[in-house]
Amino acid sequence: MSMSVSRIARAVAAKDLRIELRSRVVSNQVLPFSGLVMIMFAFALDNDDVLQRVAGGLVWLATLFSLFILVQRTFAVETYDGALDSLRVAGVNPQGIFVGKSVALFVQLLALESVLFLSAIVLYRVNVDGSGLVLLVTCVLCASAGLAFVGTLYGGLTAGARGRETLLPLLLLPVVAPVLICATRATESALRSGGVTVGEGWPWVGVLAVFAAVFGLGGLLSFGSLIEE
Amino acid sequence: MNSEAQAIKGVGTPATRMYGLMAIVALGWVLLGGLIFTPEDAVQGDAVRIMYVHVPTAWVAYLAFIVTGVASACWMIGKKHSLGFDRVAGASAEVGVVFMGMTLLSGSLWGRITWGTFWVWDPRLTTTAFMFVTYIGYLAVRGLGGTAQQRARRSSVIALLAVLEIPLVHFSVVMWRSLHQRATVLSPDGDIKMDGLMLFTLLFGVFGFSVLFAWLVSHRQRIMTMQDAQQTSALDAAVTERLKEAQV
Amino acid sequence: MNHAGFIIAVYGVTFGVIIGLAVYTMKQGRNLSRTVADKDKPWT
Repeated sequence: MSMSVSRIARAVAAKDLRIELRSRVVSNQVLPFSGLVMIMFAFALDNDDVLQRVAGGLVWLATLFSLFILVQRTFAVETYDGALDSLRVAGVNPQGIFVGKSVALFVQLLALESVLFLSAIVLYRVNVDGSGLVLLVTCVLCASAGLAFVGTLYGGLTAGARGRETLLPLLLLPVVAPVLICATRATESALRSGGVTVGEGWPWVGVLAVFAAVFGLGGLLSFGSLIEE
Repeated sequence: MNSEAQAIKGVGTPATRMYGLMAIVALGWVLLGGLIFTPEDAVQGDAVRIMYVHVPTAWVAYLAFIVTGVASACWMIGKKHSLGFDRVAGASAEVGVVFMGMTLLSGSLWGRITWGTFWVWDPRLTTTAFMFVTYIGYLAVRGLGGTAQQRARRSSVIALLAVLEIPLVHFSVVMWRSLHQRATVLSPDGDIKMDGLMLFTLLFGVFGFSVLFAWLVSHRQRIMTMQDAQQTSALDAAVTERLKEAQV
Repeated sequence: MNHAGFIIAVYGVTFGVIIGLAVYTMKQGRNLSRTVADKDKPWT
């Protein structure tokens, strides 16, 4: 193989992001959907104090719901015309594909979470100050990296399988449970919900970083055998 | 059994018949000893009787998932990628899911009696629930179709990822709970004073359920061997058919 | 017996499921052994 992993990764990520920019599915459908979920939470909980208290959890719950859609999309693009098969047959390094697709997913997740946090600030009346913002941004980066890695890993596994729409959430939800727990706690610290301090949030970000590292490594090692047929 | 049935070679062998017999004897004792012969506990009263089935089923459920993980690793590491390991992993996960379901059910009923609630957000319970769902997903991946080698490759990756996932889930739940409250839940079997007969019934139950596990896994793994053989021969027949068509 | 309903339910479900799974496994094994050739049964 002449192409290095990082060059393949860059090419795959650029291709995925270009497709998303042109098709506008993420910006015109997924992002509005996630904003709608945030409004629906307000209907369900129907209490301003409660909303402010649980805003962190709701943002991450909405992220997970949208993650399934994003993952389905990023692999639907590959399986429609057998693009994944052609990459494989052409002998493209699967580690490069894994990193590339993860990066594209990571960027989309960052866009998604910006929308979600903005709607939390507007709709749920949460506040974030300087030191909270540093924690929040680090938390979002680590959590998105972890979600992008597992999303790519399990999306690759279910790509092309019968019943993938229902199988993907079943496989992915238990795996991302630690992200929901840790990112929610870290976000609550950053927003000082329920009297927690910013300092209490950092250990949770540590777990998020470990999660991202573990599944990043796991994906590099196993993605090849998952998409190989 | 009539002579025709004896001519067919079934899944039972002398070894599995022996396990089966041992399991029946031990489980029979658990039923009688657990419900009738053992005394009630000073603190828990009759509720302690649930322990004699809850602890062995939980043990088998965890054992099953360890076997699945080890067998999947063996499939992956082995140079021949022997499907035997994959079938043991699958059979063990099937049995494990059933036993974990029973463990969660008997545990929540026991909890309702001793703690007053069906469920508490204790790390051990929560992690067990996640293992249950994770291995249901594992079985769904095994059912995706394709050849036996494809199934083995996919499911071994899922099994090994589960080995990464479960400690992460456990660790984050421990951290989550310890933030709000120290583990207030008493371990249900921790404060029971056991006499000789109670201890014997518990340990004999663990033995009996383990033998039952061995029996179930060897039978189910042989069933999978036959299903794989059937699939292969159906595939071969289809190929031969196509070749014939091509020659005409 | 205190809590008899709960205790009987636990024993009933546990033993019921075990017997059910064992019977299902034996039936499945018997049906498959009829259709599969002996050469595909490496344990015999």
